[in-house]
Amino acid sequence: MDKQKDIMIPEPLLMPVIEVEHSFFWESLSKNELRIQKCSNCAILRYPPNPMCSQCQFFEHSWELMSGNGEIFSYVVTHQPTHSAFRDRTPLATVIVELDEGPRLVSNILNISPSEIKIGMKVRVVFQKMDDEITLPFFELID
Amino acid sequence: MLLALFNINDYDASMVDKSKVAIVGIGETEYSRESGRSELVLTLEAIMAALEDAGINPHEVDGLMRWSVDTSSEAIVAENLGVKSLNWFGDINQAGNVGAALVASACAAIRSNLAETIVIYRGVNGRSGRRYGSGAVTGRRGQGLGAFSEPFGLLTPQHGLAMMTQRRMYETGITSRHFGMVSVTERFHANRNPRATFFDRPLTIEDHQNSRFVVEPFRLFDCCLETDGGGAIVLTSLERAKSLRKPPAVVRAAAQHAYASTRDYTDTAAKFIAPRLWSQAQITPSEVSVAQIYDHFSPFVIFALEDYGFVARGEGGDFVESGQMSWDGGILPVNTSGGHLSEAYMQGMNQLLEGVRQVRGTSTSQVQDVNFSFVDTGIGTGALILEPDIYG
Ligand SMILES: [Zn+2]
Repeated sequence: MDKQKDIMIPEPLLMPVIEVEHSFFWESLSKNELRIQKCSNCAILRYPPNPMCSQCQFFEHSWELMSGNGEIFSYVVTHQPTHSAFRDRTPLATVIVELDEGPRLVSNILNISPSEIKIGMKVRVVFQKMDDEITLPFFELID
Repeated sequence: MLLALFNINDYDASMVDKSKVAIVGIGETEYSRESGRSELVLTLEAIMAALEDAGINPHEVDGLMRWSVDTSSEAIVAENLGVKSLNWFGDINQAGNVGAALVASACAAIRSNLAETIVIYRGVNGRSGRRYGSGAVTGRRGQGLGAFSEPFGLLTPQHGLAMMTQRRMYETGITSRHFGMVSVTERFHANRNPRATFFDRPLTIEDHQNSRFVVEPFRLFDCCLETDGGGAIVLTSLERAKSLRKPPAVVRAAAQHAYASTRDYTDTAAKFIAPRLWSQAQITPSEVSVAQIYDHFSPFVIFALEDYGFVARGEGGDFVESGQMSWDGGILPVNTSGGHLSEAYMQGMNQLLEGVRQVRGTSTSQVQDVNFSFVDTGIGTGALILEPDIYG
């Protein structure tokens, strides 16, 4: 039996360290909004955040609200806890979700056995509050 | 047949090196799970073996280069060697994948008269000391951009590489069995190499397919070894090489690559270094006699074969499964010492040493009449074409 199936409210392996330039992303998640950096000049979305647009070298940007819908782009299943952070969390599936708007996020899929995950599955975001500062974007299957 | 994906007419002749540099000495320690000595001692033993091989006095070395993850500084190595004047030094900061990039930098330094004799070294207790797979070396703490991936389990380099492998399986139809044939072929080569960790242990495709997943889609036998050991190479100008002890392995082409804005998710760096490498060498992939490819994980040997243009994208699996990377009858023998999967994991130093042996004619799985010996040490972060001295 895959242990991950029992984890209804997930714990992150590591809590992210918030950096000043990324703070708006984390603040938005705390309000249950998934917002992605958008160049104010050429409107290209970029994730993870970067100071400058790689296309036009503009620094100015806004934070575009995402639908939260996407599909599984790729995945791995960690069986051997090669890092101490995995502790008793294996097997653990980690996925890349491609949002309908284009950007790709690393995340986990809730309430599914790792062996059932397939590329192309449709998913939507689920916000999970970790503490006062951190809410993480996980995903679940759309039936 | 190898496809001519790169056409010689497309090459930029201005990229050819006019003044050649050569690898004139190679040295290594034994490979083990517990060396019983420090990384510095392993480094110094390997360097002394390489200098002895070349016939060069350690006091004459004037350049030292290393992997940034190597713990033996140029200063402490220079002090032990009694270097008269250290005029060129530096490390390249990626991970294990910088061996050939160091060679490219050393060649540039020698051609520019910044140094005459450069030693590139690697000494590591990768099994008994800080183990790579644990993340101890490339430590992950949820900081920087890691904040966006590490909380979900992308923690060590193998996680990112496994993620890319899964997607490339989906896009090209390559399978775990193809990966297994890389491991089986390299093990066959290791079984011919008494220095190899797995010299006396055969491997079958069934062994591979029955081995446990480590990070799916990587099985145990897709993953490189963890090794204690040391290795070193000595470079100097071809002009000087002609008066030294061993026949030189001439660096016909050397390139490095770290980033391409046009990269797609499943592209390796090999796709971007390849046009410059083949342009420098003025040869096509089909002219290469033997190849050493960075095999931290077996699928990447196939991805490299495809992205360097030895075979078309999606055809690398069939190439490997039909025996074409085997010393025994293959069209392009690959990782003829057993590589990282079965000889030792020396972060690309294996590939450099074996690439030179193939030019010298001293490999335990020697390919006949080697004209061009190809060396990749990072699926495109660095690559070389070595050749015998044909320059009179
Ligand atoms: Zn822009």
